[in-house]
Order: sequence, then C-alpha cells, then structure tokens
Amino acid sequence: MDRPPVASLSAVSHRYGDALALDAIDLVLPAGCMVGLIGPDGVGKSSLLALVSGARKIQSGRVEVLGGDIGDRRYRAVVQPRIAYMPQGLGKNLYPTLSVFENVDFFGRLFGQDRRERAGRIADLLAATGLTPFRDRPAAKLSGGMKQKLGLCCALIHDPDLLILDEPTTGVDPLSRRQFWELIERIRERRPGMSVLVATAYMEEAERFDWLVAMDAGRILGTGTPAELRARTATATLDAAFVQLLPAARRGAGGGLTIPPRAATGEADWAIEAEQLSQRFGDFTAVDRVSFRIGRGEIFGFLGSNGCGKTTTMKMLTGLLPPSEGQARLFGRPVDGRDLATRRQVGYMSQSFSLYGELTVAENLDLHARLFHLPAAARGPRIATLMQRFKLADYAAKRAADLPLGIRQRLSLAVAVVHEPKLLILDEPTSGVDPVARDEFWALLVELSREQGVTIFISTHFMNEAERCDRISLMHAGRVLASDTPAALVAQRGAATLEEAFIGYLEAAGGGTTLTVDGEKTAKTAVDREPPEPPPALTVDRQPGGIFSLRRLLGYAGREALELRRDPVRLAFALLGSALLMFVLGFGISLDVEGLRFAAIDRDQSPESRAYVENIAGSRYFFTRPAIVDDGELERRMKNGELALAVDIPEGYGRDLRRGRAPEIGLWIDGAMPYRGETVRGYAEGMHQLYLQQLARENVGGTAPAAANLVTRYRYNQDVKSIYAMVPAVIPILLIFIPAILMALGVVREKELGSITNLYVTPVTRLEFLLGKQLPYVVVSLISFVLLVIQSQLVFQVPIKGSLAALTLGATLYVVATTGLGLLISTFTRTQIAALFGTAILTMLPTVSFSGLTTPVGALEGASYWIGQLFPASYFLVISRGTYTKALGIADLLPQFLALAAFIPVLTLLAVALLKKQEN
Amino acid sequence: MRLPSLASIFRLGLKELKSLWADKTLLLLICWAFSGAIYEAATGVSQELNNAPVAIVDEDRSPLSQRIADAFYPPYFRQPAMIRLAEVDAGMDSGRYNFVLVIPANFQRDVLAGKSPDLQLNIDATIMSQAFIGANYIRSIALGEIAEYLTGTRAAAAAPVRLSSRVLFNPNLKGFWFGGVMEAINNVTMLTIILVGAAFIREREHGTVEHLLVMPLTPFEIMLAKIWANGLAVLIGVSFALAVMVERVLAVPIAGSLPLFLGAAACYLFAAASIGIFLGTLARSMPQFGLLVILCIIPLMLLSGGVSPRESMPQFIQDLMLAAPTTYFVRLAQAILYRGAGLDVVWPDLAAMSAVGAVFFVIALLRFRKAVTQTQV
Repeated sequence: MDRPPVASLSAVSHRYGDALALDAIDLVLPAGCMVGLIGPDGVGKSSLLALVSGARKIQSGRVEVLGGDIGDRRYRAVVQPRIAYMPQGLGKNLYPTLSVFENVDFFGRLFGQDRRERAGRIADLLAATGLTPFRDRPAAKLSGGMKQKLGLCCALIHDPDLLILDEPTTGVDPLSRRQFWELIERIRERRPGMSVLVATAYMEEAERFDWLVAMDAGRILGTGTPAELRARTATATLDAAFVQLLPAARRGAGGGLTIPPRAATGEADWAIEAEQLSQRFGDFTAVDRVSFRIGRGEIFGFLGSNGCGKTTTMKMLTGLLPPSEGQARLFGRPVDGRDLATRRQVGYMSQSFSLYGELTVAENLDLHARLFHLPAAARGPRIATLMQRFKLADYAAKRAADLPLGIRQRLSLAVAVVHEPKLLILDEPTSGVDPVARDEFWALLVELSREQGVTIFISTHFMNEAERCDRISLMHAGRVLASDTPAALVAQRGAATLEEAFIGYLEAAGGGTTLTVDGEKTAKTAVDREPPEPPPALTVDRQPGGIFSLRRLLGYAGREALELRRDPVRLAFALLGSALLMFVLGFGISLDVEGLRFAAIDRDQSPESRAYVENIAGSRYFFTRPAIVDDGELERRMKNGELALAVDIPEGYGRDLRRGRAPEIGLWIDGAMPYRGETVRGYAEGMHQLYLQQLARENVGGTAPAAANLVTRYRYNQDVKSIYAMVPAVIPILLIFIPAILMALGVVREKELGSITNLYVTPVTRLEFLLGKQLPYVVVSLISFVLLVIQSQLVFQVPIKGSLAALTLGATLYVVATTGLGLLISTFTRTQIAALFGTAILTMLPTVSFSGLTTPVGALEGASYWIGQLFPASYFLVISRGTYTKALGIADLLPQFLALAAFIPVLTLLAVALLKKQEN
Repeated sequence: MRLPSLASIFRLGLKELKSLWADKTLLLLICWAFSGAIYEAATGVSQELNNAPVAIVDEDRSPLSQRIADAFYPPYFRQPAMIRLAEVDAGMDSGRYNFVLVIPANFQRDVLAGKSPDLQLNIDATIMSQAFIGANYIRSIALGEIAEYLTGTRAAAAAPVRLSSRVLFNPNLKGFWFGGVMEAINNVTMLTIILVGAAFIREREHGTVEHLLVMPLTPFEIMLAKIWANGLAVLIGVSFALAVMVERVLAVPIAGSLPLFLGAAACYLFAAASIGIFLGTLARSMPQFGLLVILCIIPLMLLSGGVSPRESMPQFIQDLMLAAPTTYFVRLAQAILYRGAGLDVVWPDLAAMSAVGAVFFVIALLRFRKAVTQTQV
C-alpha cells in the first residue's frame, strides 16, 4: 500500500447536542481497496462516513479526502464528482415515484452527462445489477435488495474514485445481500483503482473486506486486515475478535445463546390460526392463501425477502388490515380490528420505526404504559425493568429521533412488551441491530417464550435467527413455500445450511428465477460483454461543473415535473384548484351591499309615517322585515344581527310634520361591520334626501333648486358591479396561494424524507437545485393562469380592455416571484407542517389585506403600507386591474413590471443564502 | 364496545402538545398569528375611508372653489392634488387618484346666480369598498361647504324632517374594531385545520397511527386527543389575541362576555379540527393536503361573512356556506363581541355550529381506519 491514502482524518470530533459521536479520531484509510467500518450501531460510523463524503459539516479536526481538505468549499466542489455516497436506510436518497431508469438518469444529469452517455451507462449498470427487466418499475415498488442495487447504480453512474456505502445491506434478504457483494466485487474488478468505504454491522460480510476499522463509542478500537485483527486478538472469528477489542466492561456476557427446548403443551392450544388468508390491493395479490398455526409459547419465524408479504400477513393478524379472503383467529377468537380486548394480549412492533421521534425514550415508554392502562404503582417498576433489560437507561432522556437505528429498535421492542402481552408480533425487529445487541435481544425473546409462555411470531431475514425459531415458514411472492422446523427444512432439501435450503425452495418455486437468479445471469453476461475500457467521456466529467450548469438544473426540473406527473391528484389540484376557487370567489365575494334587512318601529301609525317606511322599503337595497313593536324588541333584533337598519318614527310624527314642527326620525344602524355600516348610513341618508325632495314637491308643488349638484361618474366599472372589480383581483390572490403552497413543500419534503442528501454530495449547486425545483411549478402556475383568463372571459364575461400581452408578462413575473416566496419559506422551515402553516399565514394576510384587494394601497398606514409595498401581489393587482378594466398596456405599467422583476433575484438569493449545502 | 378512556385521551393529547412544543418554527409562527398579525390587520387596514387619494381640477379658481378644495384633509382624505383636466385620465388609470373632483369654470358665479351648476366627481369604481362611501363623503363635504358659503351654516336650511342616525355597537365605525377580531377568527380557522390535519398526515406517513391502532385505543379516542390538544393550543392563542391584543393594545371595547366567546370558540375549534382530520383522511400525502387546505380555507375565510357581508352574496353561496362552521362562528363573534349578545341570543348559531362539527367528526371517524391502511399500501 504505497499509494497515497484515500482519506485521512486528524483529531476529528463530532457532537450532536451533548452527545459525542466522534471523539478525536485520527485515522488513515488506504486507497484502492475495500475498507470496512465495523462496530455496533451508534458508535459513530455513519457520522464518520458523512464527514468523509462532505455531506456533513466538519465541527473540529481536519478531514482530507483524495488529497485535499474536504472542509474547504471550493475543494469540495472539485472533488465531489469523484465521490459517491449512499446513505443509510433502504432507498433513502432515491425518489419513490420515479422509475428505476428515471432515478439513475437523474443522477446522470446531476453529474453533467449528456443523453447519449447516460443511456449507455444506464444500460450497462442496469444489466450489471440485473435491474434491466425492472427498468420502468417505480422505486417504491422494488424490494429492499433491489432498492439497494438501484442505489448502487445511482452511485456508480459517474465512475467515482471513492464509493461510500453506509450499511448498504441492512434490511436486505440473504439472497440479495450475497448478490450485492458479488456485484461490488465485479465492479471493483472492472475499476481496480476505486476505493470502497463501507460501514456494516454484519461481521461475516466484513470478513471479505481488505482492511477494517473497528469502532466503538466514537473511538477507533483497532485497524488492519481481518486476518491481522483475528491474529492480534488470538480469536477464530471476527465476531470474537471484535468483542476482544472492546474494553472489558463492554464485552457482555459472552458465550453463545442456548435455547432450551419447548415443553410440549396441549395439542390444540393454538395462539394463532390463519386459514387461507389472502390480501389483494387492486389487481396485485400481496398475500395468496396463506395458512399456518402457531402454538402457545412457540417461537415461530417468517423468513423471506423484502416485499414477499410478511408484513401484510402480520397486519392482517393484528387486525390493521381486514383480509380480502380467509380468516385468522387469535387465541380462538376471530381477529377483529375493533376488538380492544385482544389488543391487550398482543404486542406489535412494526418494521419501520413507529414511535414518537420527538418524545424521549422515557416518555415513549411511559406513554405506552399509560395507554395500556398499567396501574400507576406498576408503571414505575415496569419501566425501570425494561430500561435496564434493554439497556436504555443511558438514553432515557434522549429524543427517540436522535437515537441510532439499533437502539431505536430496542426501544420499539421495549414498548411492544410494556404491557406483558401473551403474543408478540415482531416485524423484522432486528434489522440494523448489531450482533451483540441481537443476541441480547434473542435472549430476551427466549426468556419470554420459555419462562413466561409468550407466543412469538417474528419475521426476519437473518438465517441464524431463523435457526433459533421452533418452526419457520419460508415465504416468497405472497405464498408460503414450506413450513417446518429449521432442521427438517434443511433435511428435506438435502442442503447443508438453512440458507442453501431457502435458495433451493426459491428456485423450486420458480419465483426466484424471474426476480433474482435471472438478473444474476444477465448480470454475468453483461459483465462478460463489458468492453475493457471505460467510455472515453470519463475524463471530461471530472471537471467540476462550474458555477452553473443548465443540465443539472434541468435534471432537477425534469425530476420534479415527473414526480408531479406521477401524483395526478396533486397535479389536478394545482391546475384546476385555481379555477374552482375563482368560480366560488368570483361569485361569492361581493361588495355590492344589497338585501339589507330593515324594520321600522312606527310609533305614529299615520299616513305620513307609513309613507316614510314605504319610501325605504321600495328601495332595492333594503329588504323589509316585520315591524318592531317596542324598544325591547328593537334592542333584541339589532343585537342578534337580524336587522342592519331600524327606523324609529316618533309618536305624533304626522301631526308635527303637518304643523311644520320638524319631527326627528331616528336611524339605528348596525355598525359591527364598519364597511356595511357606512354603506347603510349612506343609503339611508340618501333616501332621506329623496324623501325630503318629494315632500317639498308635494307640498309646494315645486322646490327651490339645490345650490349645486354633484354628478358622480363611476369609471372603469359603470354599473359599480362587484364582479368587474373582483375577477381581476381574484387572479392575483389565486396565483399566489397555490403556487406558493406547491413550492413550499419542495425543499422541506426532501429534508424530511432524506433525498436532500443528493444536494449535499453531488456537484449540483444551490442555485441549480432551487431554480430546477421552481421551474415546473412556474409552468404549472402559468397554465393555471391561462385557465383563469379563459374562465374570466367565458364564465364571468369580464372583458380585458387593455393589453393581454401586458397581463401575461405580469403574470409570468408574478408566478416566478410567488413560487420563489414559497421556496424561500421552504428553505428555512424544518417540518412540512411548519412550511404549510408558514406559507399560509405569511401570504394570506398581506395578500388579502395589504395589497390593495379591498383597501387601496394608498389608504394603508405604517407597517401595513410597507408590507404591501414589499409584497408582489400589490404590483400584480395593479397590472391585473389595469389591463382588465382600465385598458392599459405595457408602457403604462412599466413601474409595476420593474418592481415585480426586482422580487425575483432578491427572493432567489435569499433562498440560496438560507439553504445549506452541507448538513450540520 | 366500551366507554372511551379519558385517561388515554388525556395522555395522547399531552404527547400531541409535546410534539407541537418541539417545533419551534411553528410555535413562532403561531405566536405571530395571534399577536403581530392581529395588530397589523387591525391597524393597517381601514375599511372606512382613510387617506383616500383625491385630486381636484379647479377651473373656477374662485374663493368658493378654493374653499371646497381646502375642505379635504386627513385622515379621510390625503391632501388633494391640484391637477389639470388633461391629467385626469392618466392619474386615474395609474391608480394615483381614486377620486377626482372637477369644479367647472364660473362655478361660484353660477351658484350665486342660483343656476344650480354641476360638480363632476370621477370615481375609480374598481375600488369597490371605498367608491361608494367616498362619494358620499365628498358629496356631503362639497355641498356642506357650498351651504356654509351661502348661508353661514352647514345645515341645510330648515328641513321639514330632521334625521338623527345613531350607529350601534361601533359608534364611529372604526375599522380596526372589526379587522382585529376577524383576523383572529381567520387565524383560528387556518391554524386549527392545518395543525390537526397535518399532524394526522404526518403520523400516517410515519406509521405511528397504525401503531396506535394495535393498542387498546379506538379511532374515536385518537381523534379526540388530537382535537383537545391542538384546540387548547389555539384557544390559548385566541384568548391572548382578544384579551391582550384586541382589548388592551388596540383598546377595542368588548361589549359581550369574553368567557362566552371563548366557549363558543372552543366549539368552533372542535368543528374546525374535525374538518382538519377529515381533510387528512382525504389526502394521501402532505403536498396533497396542502392544496386541499388552501381550497378549503380560502372560501371559509372570504365567504363566511368576515370579509364581505353575507347578504350580498348569491343565494347558492349563502346556502352552501351554511355547511361551514365558520359562517356561524363569524356571526356569533360579531354578536357577542360587538353587540353584547348573550347565550339567549346566540344559542341557535352555537347549536348549528356544533352540529356541523359533529357531522365532520363522524365522517372523519368513519374514514379513519381506511385512510390509515391506505397510506401503507
């Protein structure tokens, strides 16, 4: 190993809050070979890999990768095209709705490859990984093993010099796991210069690596080849070697796990009986006529690859999913999702971590103990026992979300047994748990089964775990292939090990052939056909993409558009939602104040008083309600909002009028809604004036003309019809809410789901990422704008008097700004809920109140005025109204266009500044 | 079946509050929604005439025309701009002036000669809310000035019938009395629907609801826990908004009983939260939920009578909005807070609102299980 090291770390420490993940690590990793990081979960393996890949920000110390400082932003940009990083978790950085091909193609674009080059590379990679037959299948519908192969394709698309794999085979069935490592071997044969850095918790995998780093509690225990490690510790296996390397206090009990034989119980005492259970989703049969019986106190294993129906079967047994056909009984009673009594006897642990991430370990346990109604006195001791038995005491005050995978699984199991159930249904409980912890976990299961008579139904893909079960069922493609004790199954196939027997059953069933073995064959031939030299374009790729690459931007845009297209509900809402809202709002928001309810209290009951009331009742603005009898009623009917106006005519009105004593009429106006109150007052006083004129004409037979008249001319909207004012105003409202909401979840969703890692570790820049994500939504919003304009013409018949070009230009600038606003909110929020609510609250008030929709901007004051000025809706509202009602063109609206255009760079730059290119 | 367990509902609710507490950005936004946003909505926007941009074309240049021009001043009007006739169109087109009053040549002479000349008022009718009110003000100011110029008194000479208008519940028709409370109601609607619905979707996406369903818990208990916890958070917010922001800071007198209003708000929160969960059972992912929320909240806010009066909406919209709890709540809030109405007056609305809420709750309850299993497929 005379080559320069692929990576070297000096004095690297990393902490999350109080927890020290890496403790002053000094490490030099050799190049050109396969380096394994081994150790239990939560010892800092993932942190170390994330630092080396540049995905995480270095807190202290120095990390050199491929001969440069990865902490330096410029060096990172240069070196990232040479590194590939596959984060922990099945398909974490993949896009579930995109097909296999589209996923790989997207990564190709991020590395700036042109179409021809991508097509060639993808064909090679898919052939090599056996994914060719599944080219068009969405990633979400792949099995775990296939997801990891796809992840590998995405990682290898740019021929990296350093491939970083974080627990790539965790949660993958044995067949796929074996294929995965063979694949890596073949790829290394093709590219001998490539360094591979792998974290794993499987010691038998680590045996095959060239060089190992054993880690524990943020420190390095030892380094060397597997042989060196074994020799140094004088042990026969890596498992044992690792245990020897541990400080004495952490070695655990040692010794293998022995399972006492199960005491024979009554024959017909079944805990679980499943008869011909089937589950169909649409035309897909997930579980096909599965039958089995599990005795009380038995440990029954379900063995099978990911996606073979294990989880669905378990869900049917818990009552979560009613079976399409067949029946299941627990303790002799048919499974009923609504039967709470059986639930108390069952503990369930689902495959994905389903506890509350924001609660601490202690709070999670306490919550579940209470939900299962453990008596108060029993709760404390029970939790203490579980904490101790599952070794959770050290983590008691930590939030569950911050725990490493293995410890989270331990917590899940602790929660599942908190109420001491008689039956445990465990769906892959030991995925991602290291060997030491797994043995401890099993010791506990054995104790529960043998000493307390708890029935355990467990699914797994670990062969050594399956061997520990009393009986197992081999499952594949929704069907049970065989069911017996492990030893009997091995004997029946005449195989040496359970793994061989399993593969034998798979091949006999024929299912394995199409899924994996065939892929294997294609893979081999593909490798054989492989040209010895890599494609010539390789060296060009190595150039860092520069500040800006249109191809990477379009890569993101294309991907986002595809995702949107795959979600027809969202697409339909995005396109038609605006039109629907316009329909409701255009008709609904009316500022024509009409149909006001009024009533009179006529204390006079003379012809004159009735004439006055009729004068008002005849108006189209007012709607007469039954007369008021007394003051109490007046107060009551005003108070409950029935009346907008009450007219109070005093006693002796007619007499006083005739005698010229100028009687006084009282108007009571409901002022609770000021705008309406003002209008009512205006109407009522206007009608009073008319009444007076009429009176004068009748009495005098003519009246002195008024000193002067005010002639009003309502411009732009001669009929003063709300609809002409509202339709142009509704367009700006709708073109902000929906685009901003669509966009707001863009970045934060990637943060929540994990695919944001692709931004951290690929050459894509923040600007390309943001603009790429924005582009499809701008297009969608513009289509929506066109629909709104068509609707305004056809449904509302509000003509565009001015320039359509000006309106379109304004709308284009406007939707770029409004999607930019959503993007900005998306970059600084951490959860989708916050982004959703933030967008709603931050856009709703300024748009509805401060942009001139109901109150002209000129009438605003103070902060509101400035918020209005700093909000794009104000400007587009002027453009929209100007073009619709005032016959304006581009030249007239120049200031508004300039203002709108100015928002775009400001919002984009702010978003770029707030978006991080590395994880903290 | 068995009786719902209050202890479980209580515990699950506490968990809900902890989750809320953990999201600091969200907390900050909630605080803003019930403090700053209320203040801004109340003080910034005036539904009454305020600072209206007005221009005057004075072709008469007489003492009378000067007198009329001088009569326009803040706060109702901005200092009027004196412009030429040729500038009227451009000024109104750009929205610089909402009102332009044209005083023709020889106006004073014609008034004195009893020729009853015309003043022309141009109004930008795209500003619906102010056009009519502003025209009334300008009419009364201009005619008042002319009357005073002629007779020395503003009152029209000895009208045969006097009119005394009294505005109840908000004597000066101050807009901020209204704006602050309506903003609080809007934010309650928005916050409750989003908080509860999104919390439900998130639990579905993370699989934790499924986990709850294998424990001795019913969907009824799970939903009630979400509703009381998120409802409490919002209720604290709205109490602060009214007791501190509206009553103290904005000094709006609250006519009725604040506890009665908060009780009504609690009923409303139940209804809004039920809508939130209902939407959460319809949507399959957070982005879908986001769009559904917008489609739902905008009509709730704009058509429930909080922005424009209900009676001026077309009948079918009025009828449609009777299915929305917000309609009743807006009406209730106006009755209690401004008109001082008591339970005896508002109980029909309260009952209707709770009934609508119950309907949504039941629909959501019926969809609950199906929605939860759907996510996983």
